[in-house]
Amino acid sequence: MAKTKAKEKPRAKGELGWKEIEIGFFITEPGNSVEVRTGDWKSRRPVVDFKKCNKCTLCYFFCPEGCIAKNKDGFFEADLFYCKGCGICAAECPKEAIAMAEEAK
Amino acid sequence: MAKREGIEVSVAVGDAAMLSDVDVVSAYPITPQTHIVEHLAELVANGELRAAYIPVESEHSAMSACLGASAVGARTFTATASQGLELMHEVLFVASAMRLPIVMAVANRALSAPISIWGDHSDVMAARDVGWIQIFVENGQETVDNVICAFRIGEDRRVLLPVMIHLDGFALTHVIEPIELPDKKDVDQFLPPFKYPLPLDPKKPVTMGALGSPFIYTEVKWAQEINLEKAKDVVLEIWQKFGKAFGRTYSPIEQYRTEGARVLLLTMGSYSETAMVAVDKMRGEGKEVGLLKLRLWRPFPYQELRKTVKNADVLIVLDRAISFGGPGGPVCSEVKAALYAEVKRPKIVGFVGGLGGRDISMAGFAEMVERGMEIARSGSKREFEIYGVRE
Repeated sequence: MAKTKAKEKPRAKGELGWKEIEIGFFITEPGNSVEVRTGDWKSRRPVVDFKKCNKCTLCYFFCPEGCIAKNKDGFFEADLFYCKGCGICAAECPKEAIAMAEEAK
Repeated sequence: MAKREGIEVSVAVGDAAMLSDVDVVSAYPITPQTHIVEHLAELVANGELRAAYIPVESEHSAMSACLGASAVGARTFTATASQGLELMHEVLFVASAMRLPIVMAVANRALSAPISIWGDHSDVMAARDVGWIQIFVENGQETVDNVICAFRIGEDRRVLLPVMIHLDGFALTHVIEPIELPDKKDVDQFLPPFKYPLPLDPKKPVTMGALGSPFIYTEVKWAQEINLEKAKDVVLEIWQKFGKAFGRTYSPIEQYRTEGARVLLLTMGSYSETAMVAVDKMRGEGKEVGLLKLRLWRPFPYQELRKTVKNADVLIVLDRAISFGGPGGPVCSEVKAALYAEVKRPKIVGFVGGLGGRDISMAGFAEMVERGMEIARSGSKREFEIYGVRE
């Protein structure tokens, strides 16, 4: 699954202009759900305090969107392109290392 | 050579669908559309029409079956009226958004309650914004011609949209008129076989009707709107081509005796026939009155309307539906909106009349013109007036 590191806005593959829409908005290529920016309606985003995190992986397993992955330092972080801001990771974190910050836009 | 013969308009609609080589018909009978689908069922049962006739339990199912048929690339036809059109309402939006060129005849009829099986335009107006191309016809010949044109318009690669043909219930559906049914070989020449560009096909799967999240929905809807707006040029082009092939040409706003007219009357559907005779009489009395017949309801012909009315002093619009609590009849509201920014425009007067099959006679149109001129001179207490109501 292609992970987009983009914080927010650079146009993703699925974010077509109106002239690029297929007839009837039909989907002609399988597996294009990875192009869908499900992260665009969140009102809060998870912010991890890596000093508190002990890499227990609970956030990784509880995330209903499956958008939390291990970064190069072995800590777990959400891909904000997909994260809907549900806050389950923050609620489950036994170390209270995840805070939900207001989306400032 | 095509024969001109006396035929019930509903039967002729079925024959026009047959001449168009329709593959699938799915419909639920409802007065006053019944004869159309009865005739098609008969043609299929007799083996005269090689098509699948899908009987269903409701109009919602009829339109849903039509979606599926059209999605595999079958030429699809249906017909309904009134409550039936309302029952299929949510599916109508899907047909246009998924760009499926279903053709549907709507035998315009009033809505309940009270139950009325008679004609007016309440059903159409409630389905005004569903994204279909919508054409009004005023007699049997126009109905036949436009059913055939509708397939070619809807299936054009530049369009790919469903088309409604509006014919007034009873006043047209149940009337026997002299109609020229075109020869099959001429229709075959005019109407190429339907080839849907992205049909449902196991060899090349596509997903239709997927989720459109907020990140894409606006783009999809704008693409749909621009497509419908652009379809107007194709409608005009195909009407021209039909004219060349069959000698009868149609236009989005037909003009009748409008030369030098100070007062214009605007009607839709079968009432235009009575209005023409009324205009003849008024012209005979020296009144400078002309008639506009709005044929293309969607996409709305803005430029044509502006051009047509700019030299008139008064424009009287007759609606056959009430937009309850609104600013006037739906047609009059749109006509006003279309002309709002024009520097030179007539005074616009709106009447609602002809509800639930109430007749408007020749004298009625003359009365409306008189009253309309009076309102244009000295105003009215109301946004619109109703014609022919008892106190």
